[in-house]
Amino acid sequence: MRASTSSPLTLSLGLAAGLALAATVMLGVSLPASVEQGEYSRLIAIHPGLAWASYLCFGVTALASAAWLWPRTRSSRWDLLAGASAEIGVVFTALTLATGSIWGRPTWGVWWVWDARLTLSALMLALYLGYLALRRVPDPPEIRARRCAVAALLSVVVVPLNHFAVDWWRTLHQGRSFAQLDPGNALDGEFIGAMLVGLLAMTLLYSWLLVHRYRVARLEDERDERSLEEALEERRREAVVV
Amino acid sequence: MWRDALLVAAKDLRIEARSRVAANQVAPFAVLVLVLFAFALDPDRGVLERAAAGLFWVAVLFSAVLAVQRSQAVEGADGTADALRLSGLDPAGIFLGKAAALAVELFALEVVLGAGVVVLYGVEPGGYLLLFAVAAAATLGLAAAGTIYGALAGGARMRETLLPLLLLPAVAPVLVAATRASEAALGTAVAATTAADWMSLLGVLAVVYLAFGVVAFGPLMEER
Repeated sequence: MRASTSSPLTLSLGLAAGLALAATVMLGVSLPASVEQGEYSRLIAIHPGLAWASYLCFGVTALASAAWLWPRTRSSRWDLLAGASAEIGVVFTALTLATGSIWGRPTWGVWWVWDARLTLSALMLALYLGYLALRRVPDPPEIRARRCAVAALLSVVVVPLNHFAVDWWRTLHQGRSFAQLDPGNALDGEFIGAMLVGLLAMTLLYSWLLVHRYRVARLEDERDERSLEEALEERRREAVVV
Repeated sequence: MWRDALLVAAKDLRIEARSRVAANQVAPFAVLVLVLFAFALDPDRGVLERAAAGLFWVAVLFSAVLAVQRSQAVEGADGTADALRLSGLDPAGIFLGKAAALAVELFALEVVLGAGVVVLYGVEPGGYLLLFAVAAAATLGLAAAGTIYGALAGGARMRETLLPLLLLPAVAPVLVAATRASEAALGTAVAATTAADWMSLLGVLAVVYLAFGVVAFGPLMEER
């Protein structure tokens, strides 16, 4: 059994992610403070990247779940990959909400507003926390995998529906007032550059975390199987002694 | 499929008619929630009347969680789930039957809650046709989503705590759409919400959840 989750692949992914993150921080810090948002406008270097990565995570979870459900491609690896990706996705979604909140406090004057996108992210977080809770239920792996795969695919259906509902809910109520406060309107080249580097950095970070988390899950699986085999072997030896 | 659905729905409703769990426990709980809202929000300032549509649907949602748990508990006892699987009934039919029975129970609950809202919150009822359409579409969506998530969480240990966490974020759009459409029907809408938009969203939700259940219930039934 492998004792480590690192390999040349993860090493190079990790180095690339580290470099890209360092570049994001440097670019973000060097951005000019904007008139309306002051220092906080620099969050644009990481916030959109985090949001993008969270969608990427849940997309990978859905694809892996579909691959598990498809009889020809069914393998426990897909299930482990789906779980690993969803776990990282929850972290990225929580960070998206946190950075959005830190940005919203000075800009909107409150930590939280019932903006369509914020509400959608919060619902998505709740949805995937539920998915992770379902994954933790102690059941035979096959049963758990089937249940989780269905839940992941259902979440893919639910997220767009939530999107429509909260979008209409907010836009019908108060027009596009928040959209006007969006940092997107005053973007110039520098901001776009920092944002793109941030997107790349978060994607690399996600890939690096995913490979490690997936390998940890494989190791856990192998350990469980081995300990079962060892326990069986022990019982057999007892039988021979008697 | 339709015959199987009818059989299962009749079975669930017969069990309910004899055990009276929904009538004796879920319905009183729902009314209790309405009373608790009145305690939390000052009844004298017209807050209740203005928020009635939203409070009504939140009460429905909470009761739906209990009703779904009950609907799954019926299958959990005495190896009924295995018997149902061995019966050769079409899984899609079983899904539709369970969802239909749940929808009938929820609809009855909504009638009770509607009367409660009129009596306790002083809401002037109106727009009956639209209200009926809203209730029908929202109930179908809730029942379908509830049956899917109930089956997902039903076999799992810790299901009591798992079900609300899974179900409530998924039916959030039903709550939003049903509340806005009901407000439009009652004439208490804050903004010029168009009931037609929300009705179409409710319709789409019901169709999507029903279709997903018909496709996914087979694999979900295999497991237990």
